[in-house]
Amino acid sequence: MLSRVLNNNNVLGWLFMVPSAILLLFFLTYPLGLGIWLGFTDTTIGGNGHWIGFGNYKYLIGDSISQLALFNTILYTVVACAVKFALGLWLAMLLNRKLRLQSLFRSIVLLPWIVPTALSALAFWWMYDPQFSVISWVLIKMGLIHHYINFLGDPWMARLSVVIANIWRGIPFFAITLLAGLQTISPSLYEAASIDGVSPWQQFRYVTLPLLTPIIAVTNTFSVLFTFTDFQLIYVLTRGGPVNTTQLMTTLSYQRAISGGALGEGSALAIMMIPFLLAAILFSYYGLQRRAWQRGGDK
Amino acid sequence: MSETKNSESQGMEFLQSLPRRWVTVYIPLGVFLFVLLFPFYWMVITAFKPASELAQHSSNPFWVIAPTLDHFKQLIFHTQFPSWMLNTLIVSIASTFISLAAGVFAAYAIERLRFQGAKKVGLAIFFAYLVPPSILFIPLASIVFNLGLYDTRWALILTYPTFLIPFSTWLLMGYFRSIPYELEECALIDGATRWQILVKIILPLAVPGLISAGIFAFTLSWNEFIYALSFISSSNMKTVPVGMVTELIEGDVYHWGELMAGALLGSLPVAVIYSFFVEYYVSGMTGAVKE
Repeated sequence: MLSRVLNNNNVLGWLFMVPSAILLLFFLTYPLGLGIWLGFTDTTIGGNGHWIGFGNYKYLIGDSISQLALFNTILYTVVACAVKFALGLWLAMLLNRKLRLQSLFRSIVLLPWIVPTALSALAFWWMYDPQFSVISWVLIKMGLIHHYINFLGDPWMARLSVVIANIWRGIPFFAITLLAGLQTISPSLYEAASIDGVSPWQQFRYVTLPLLTPIIAVTNTFSVLFTFTDFQLIYVLTRGGPVNTTQLMTTLSYQRAISGGALGEGSALAIMMIPFLLAAILFSYYGLQRRAWQRGGDK
Repeated sequence: MSETKNSESQGMEFLQSLPRRWVTVYIPLGVFLFVLLFPFYWMVITAFKPASELAQHSSNPFWVIAPTLDHFKQLIFHTQFPSWMLNTLIVSIASTFISLAAGVFAAYAIERLRFQGAKKVGLAIFFAYLVPPSILFIPLASIVFNLGLYDTRWALILTYPTFLIPFSTWLLMGYFRSIPYELEECALIDGATRWQILVKIILPLAVPGLISAGIFAFTLSWNEFIYALSFISSSNMKTVPVGMVTELIEGDVYHWGELMAGALLGSLPVAVIYSFFVEYYVSGMTGAVKE
């Protein structure tokens, strides 16, 4: 009797789902709901909250620091993702050529991606040091500048510096996933294009790019998700400073909720990121739709 | 940049002259490798540089004249770095193990048992994968606190699976899909139970997928930051990334040698594991994106 029940796919299937379901429902779905609820309350650490409706959201929309954080997050995401994509695609195309030691290069390229971000951010922090920066040292020796650059102390310089650190970490992800996409494109297509006498640019525009579009859409979506919700790089390099000019939504919500104790307000800030993330996911969804259409709609 | 646009023509590459190949391939590739590797070089050189050389503007900063192990000694014997390493190791291994076990069952159920609603569950798992930790950490902090797990390793061991299970389930689903149905049907006819099929047929065939998911989960938990920062407060319970960032920085005096030595040692475990399983790692990464 028991063995018959256990061989029933429905019973066994749901039984197999139990461990994942318990962990995910309790530590993912429930917190997501709790976060939305907290966003409508004035809960503080150690204090019971009261329902205040859209109070947090009204306050945050009028708050100049959270407006700045939203601006910074969008700027950080757009600039970093665009540059990561361009450089990653270039690197992928370089790696896609017949090279000796190709697999060695590929392993080396991924290193920035696998090392803990907090630790590589410490290395960047040291390279951005206002007194002993190696970058400034080189530029001074070359005669390009006369004073050590205050990388993380000047508002726009700090924004540029954190974006560069983010790009450094993100290039490998783009390069390796796009390389995998490039390797699925048949060389015979390029041979055919060459026989037709296309220019290198036309070959890129009309052969490589269309065939790579699905994977570009997915890679970009993941990158936007990661970059938009990035936390550790900013936390290590600037903690949002100078004067909130590198403050992101995530670092601000950490500051308000954990350091400041305003759990409700911090949750509202985190919840405000969801519409942007949904937009990125929908973008990916339509990218995948296009792939299905290209294949003849069989998937 | 336009010069390199033709770079992917594998079939026609013989038409390119050697000098042209240098300009379009080797030099840009060299610059990329230099930029991507320089921070690691800088970590290593700083970690071995005596404090007196670190505070100099005059000498060449790219080389070390009198290498020293002082920073490593200081880090290992006078800070809590060893216990951070131990905590990170325990948390990473435990959460990887939990997530792999849960992921194997879930992936097998969704992909092979095809119970009613399996497709919807698969989609839900995919969406769970897209929920970033930085929007969950505030409510999770309050849950962890109410469960009495605050400031313990269990807080991390139980919360890391929230991003590891969706990932490993998704990856393993792809591997299980590639195993032919006929093998299972034969076993069913021979009277094997589902459990026997899973343990004796599917799992041995999915070993590459298990390794991929395992090392991916391990590196993800080793690198995790925001949960470890929010759920742990006493310094001997911290993980390496959080401990390095919050404990080793005292006021305005930065001990760069120690910081870089710690960054180096803290990156070493993932780098070693990665170097042994590069191919699995790459296939896991590209597989997850392609699906």
